[in-house]
Amino acid sequence: MKTNGAEALMLSLIEEGTDTIFGYPGGQIMPVYDKLYDYKDRIRHILVRHEQGAIHAAQGYARMKRRPGVVIVTSGPGATNVVTGIADAMADSTPVVVISGQVPSSALGTDAFQEADVMGLTSPITKWNYQIRRAEDVPWAVSRAFYIAMTGRPGPVVLDFTKDAQVGMTEFIYNKCNFIRSYVPEKEPDETSIEKAAEIINSAKKPFAVFGQGVTLSHAENELAAFLEKGDIPAGATLLGISALPSDFELYEGMIGMHGNIAPNIKTNECDVLIAIGMRFDDRVTGTISTYARQAKVIHIDIDASEIGKIIPVEVGILGDAKKVLVSLTGKIHRRRHRAWVKSFDKCYDVEKEKVIDPEVRPETGYIRMGEVVEAVSGVSEGKAVVITDVGQNQMIAARYSRFSMNRSMITSGGLGTMGFGLPAAIGAKTAVPDRQVCLFTGDGGIQMTIEELGTIMQEHIGVKIIILNNNWLGNVRQWQELFFDERYSQTRMLNPDYCKIADAYGIKSRVVSDRKELYAAVREMLSDDLPYIMDVHVIEEGLVMPMVPPGKGINEIMLNSKEWFDYGE
Amino acid sequence: MENKTYTVTIYSENQIGLLMQISNIFTRHSLSIWSLSASASSIEGIHTITIITDSPSEKQILEVVMQLEKRVDVVKAFYYTNDQIIYRELALYKMQTAKLLECGRIEDLLTNYNARIVEMNNVFTVIQKTGKTEETQSLYDELNKYGVMQFVRSGRIAVTREKLEPVKDFIAERELEKNKINKEL
Repeated sequence: MKTNGAEALMLSLIEEGTDTIFGYPGGQIMPVYDKLYDYKDRIRHILVRHEQGAIHAAQGYARMKRRPGVVIVTSGPGATNVVTGIADAMADSTPVVVISGQVPSSALGTDAFQEADVMGLTSPITKWNYQIRRAEDVPWAVSRAFYIAMTGRPGPVVLDFTKDAQVGMTEFIYNKCNFIRSYVPEKEPDETSIEKAAEIINSAKKPFAVFGQGVTLSHAENELAAFLEKGDIPAGATLLGISALPSDFELYEGMIGMHGNIAPNIKTNECDVLIAIGMRFDDRVTGTISTYARQAKVIHIDIDASEIGKIIPVEVGILGDAKKVLVSLTGKIHRRRHRAWVKSFDKCYDVEKEKVIDPEVRPETGYIRMGEVVEAVSGVSEGKAVVITDVGQNQMIAARYSRFSMNRSMITSGGLGTMGFGLPAAIGAKTAVPDRQVCLFTGDGGIQMTIEELGTIMQEHIGVKIIILNNNWLGNVRQWQELFFDERYSQTRMLNPDYCKIADAYGIKSRVVSDRKELYAAVREMLSDDLPYIMDVHVIEEGLVMPMVPPGKGINEIMLNSKEWFDYGE
Repeated sequence: MENKTYTVTIYSENQIGLLMQISNIFTRHSLSIWSLSASASSIEGIHTITIITDSPSEKQILEVVMQLEKRVDVVKAFYYTNDQIIYRELALYKMQTAKLLECGRIEDLLTNYNARIVEMNNVFTVIQKTGKTEETQSLYDELNKYGVMQFVRSGRIAVTREKLEPVKDFIAERELEKNKINKEL
């Protein structure tokens, strides 16, 4: 079949199973949008209000759907506006395929109108990028893009599509990519390493596991649970690992890292064997590296060879897909009981509950606390909602206090920490799983970074529940200023607009909550239907996210509040 | 800690922009690229890039090599210390012919340094020498006593002390894998 390049793109996307695109048209991508008009019955295009919204929405979509999110933008500013999201997707291993328009190949390098060096700009922040300069390359490039984005450690791919290639004619023949000579997405796990790891685990007295998004990406949630149960191994999650295990799983000990739970952080430096699964020892997870888990034999399971040994020296590295490795490893470990060791976590938890959790989640007096809002949403939704966060205090509080009964239920910007991620990511997530409640926790800072996407919600009827934890500050930076910069509040006070008036303008239901007595009623109202909703919760202005491992400290040096540090009290 | 010189050899598919991806990885690690050369390899379609860098930490070089190999179009990457490879550079020196003749040492120098004249006319003479950096530098120092008009030195090229191109086995394995996948379909 003879088609032009733009139509070849549509047909290629359909071959790859694409039914949703997030995008924004413009001059150099017009032939593609023209063809999209012919395919609108087969591809839903969600028109965002800013290209950054498109890429974050595609990220949210991809992480819910387990398939690449697709973005189409124009050249120049259209493409540069997605750069933040591409970097975010690279940091968090999110499969997205971005197609950007580009000036005709004859004009490349001439500083033509809306020309930007997209290949140069995106090269360090993509898994792969390619400039399509001939219509006949479209199927090849698209099939390769999807293959690369999804396989191995997933990541973002950019296809820079020149206008002459969009209008040029070609014979459309599609072959799915299943092999690239220079690219080995995953190795078969090495049995010798697995045996060695099993031996170490079998002789462990105090084993501890930490897991990250690798478990979710390889869909190894059940295999992880089976592994932990057989070995009686307690486990902590990284921020992106959250929801891979149900919150009430007996061996689940909570989140690790800077604002993680006390027990898993303390136990990291007490265990004799540390098993890291699909995580990469981010500095927010480890604190000071020189004191991190030095007493433990470390076993690191990851699909990306460059991660093993990068930060933490390992006793055994196992290269491969988390699911395959866990199945094999579980078969080789002995059924063990470490009851006293598992029980020892409770002592840390009891301190945290008394000093941090209860005052945050169940306060009786004073202003509304962020934690009790998260608790209310978790309670009313019975832990079944998808939780999206922005970045900052809202993110840490939502991560700490949300309860999950289903996996793949938390989406947050981890590695890059992109403020403004939340609202568009929630749009993408809701588009992917329209039957689930999608609750966004955001701050008054983050919501204003991408607030234009309320327009997308209005136009596309996307039933996202937006909870603004509004404290009139850039709260996380304020917290650091209070604790580490002598309370010099430089540029963190932030005045807010009336969010209900904004919601009204978009025809979105909204409610201000400033009285504790109204909180549950408001949450129930919000979750009673499938329509978009903004709940503007006026929370305590000077709230602190605790506990906290201050920057530059070891993972076992934990602040309980601005005055007290954790100790066993022995 | 003292910096050690490393030769990084990268085998890759021929893709536009690959060199930028490679240099990005060196930049991210704050590593200088002291010399760079790119050419075909003995395997059809596979290009080889040789980079000289230095670092106080072998672990850092290993990380760089792992991240290079992670790039989709990079086939394999390796790093070597000087004793693990046989390497050479090419240097060209342009001199004023009159001064060169005046100095009276030209034959001596050419013989001692195993250098040769590639072009000579009334105005200038171009001398060529291959060797290690110290050797081409040493000849430069000698010639510069009489004034070197222009001097260039190429990037290092290197072969390993092993028998075959180190990627040959990998390419063969990948061909088998490809056939297996195609058979399954």
